[in-house]
Amino acid sequence: MQRYSGFGLVKHALSHHENWQRQWRNPTPKKEYDVIIIGGGGHGLATAYYLAKEHGITNVAVIEKGWLGGGNTARNTTIVRSNYLWDEAAALYEHSMKLWEGLSQDLNYNVMFSQRGVLNLGHTLQDMRDIQRRVNANRLNGIDSEVLDAKGVQALVPIMDCSKNARYPVMGASWQPRAGVARHDAVAWGFARGADARGVDILQQTEVTGFKILDGRVVGVHTNRGDIGAKTVGCVAAGNSGVLAKMAGFKLPLESHPLQALVSEPLKPILDTVVMSNHVHGYISQSDKGDLVIGAGIDGYLGYGQRGSYSTVEHTLQAIVEMFPIFSRVRMNRQWGGIVDTCPDACPILSATPVKGLFFNCGWGTGGFKATPGSGHVFAATLAKGQVHPLAAPFSIDRFHTGALVDEHGAAGVAH
Amino acid sequence: MFHIYCPYCEEHREEEEFHPKGQAHIQRPEDPEACSDETWGDYLFFRDNPRGVHHELWVHAVGCRKFFNITRHTVSYEILETYKMGEQPSVTAKSLSEKDKQAGVQAASGGWQTVGARPESDALNKGARV
Repeated sequence: MQRYSGFGLVKHALSHHENWQRQWRNPTPKKEYDVIIIGGGGHGLATAYYLAKEHGITNVAVIEKGWLGGGNTARNTTIVRSNYLWDEAAALYEHSMKLWEGLSQDLNYNVMFSQRGVLNLGHTLQDMRDIQRRVNANRLNGIDSEVLDAKGVQALVPIMDCSKNARYPVMGASWQPRAGVARHDAVAWGFARGADARGVDILQQTEVTGFKILDGRVVGVHTNRGDIGAKTVGCVAAGNSGVLAKMAGFKLPLESHPLQALVSEPLKPILDTVVMSNHVHGYISQSDKGDLVIGAGIDGYLGYGQRGSYSTVEHTLQAIVEMFPIFSRVRMNRQWGGIVDTCPDACPILSATPVKGLFFNCGWGTGGFKATPGSGHVFAATLAKGQVHPLAAPFSIDRFHTGALVDEHGAAGVAH
Repeated sequence: MFHIYCPYCEEHREEEEFHPKGQAHIQRPEDPEACSDETWGDYLFFRDNPRGVHHELWVHAVGCRKFFNITRHTVSYEILETYKMGEQPSVTAKSLSEKDKQAGVQAASGGWQTVGARPESDALNKGARV
């Protein structure tokens, strides 16, 4: 792997930047791998990277039906935070946060992780009580978190309408200073480059059409480029996880919904933090390019179409303009949707399955991006050892039969 | 934006008047007290999540406030039919694939390239029951 550095940049400038090495190969599938990972998004590529780096397992293929990082990895609003209520979820997301903090160095790839802080607004007395409770829980778990009143919020974000005249006045917020945003494409590319350099085959344009299962144990997958054998298979397919589970002969408690986001025309720097509101339901940040990145809610119906309803966009923009009257004339540039696999308790599934050797990492729903390194890290350990990592143990599929749910609905900062 | 035919109001109304309420035709276990954890968990949490034809429950929330069912394609989002509570769907994944066979149409995975071109679906969208 060609290491990136300031010196390298100068060196390549001499040859007009025409001789940069390709970041990853485009290999032909081998007959058999030790581990196959289905899904070449951030989580899948992170899994492959940590498998190679931490566990020395390099005979690995990442199978992606489209192009690398073209699904939800490239469709989210890039927010990274770890202020979750319950111990189980907080431990998992904080594990991820710690990996984020050294990720650019670790990958030798600038993922543009910017710890600009995240505000979760409260607009009602009950919101504020929930915020108090969540912040206390965070602090007990060693996660940086503070409660701010309306004045404190106004000081951080002078352009926001924190007056009493708003339809839903801002009463305060929780504030996580270590939270922030990262460049989502770079995350996928960085993990892909790191994994590829260690020998992982990234197979794009390869669609899994079925599983080869022998005596209740997975022995490979059928793809549109022929059958590929594997000792262990990990599925990290987000919205399409339910479709894969059906191929393997079982059901997951997931529902796939369209989740939309949109960006405005580029503006000069005006918003230097991330603002999320659960109550009026809108969240917004400004990218380094200058466009406002706005996240909408999910559409309530099932959908695999990677697009959603305009009414959802309208509701979101109503909320944004309510909070930021200054943005009322900003024009929106692009709007898109991704398919999120939502779980009944709004927590992921990291689990063994009824098929031996087949593991699922899914159900991240609307908030998977922030977990990318952590999810890959614990899932790699799970695949390498054939048993679920302790941090992932509470997120087994069994919880939907034992009743031990990790209910992060609403508690997680944004209600979806 | 959906344009949904409410089988009770007998007219098309805009999506914003409606709320989706998830999978239709879920049977509550006859005797919940006697259920195993598996059966009860399945009933509470495990839903069909098809990439294709889906039968779902909707409510005409700011209209007649009645619940009814929609058969809809989850990739093309095409509404194939709407029908009242207690009725059974006339369009199913099976009936659609059989029609394709008869017409000699090769459905793509998910079938959405062909679904939108169906003249009879167009009639369904206009509210006619087939």
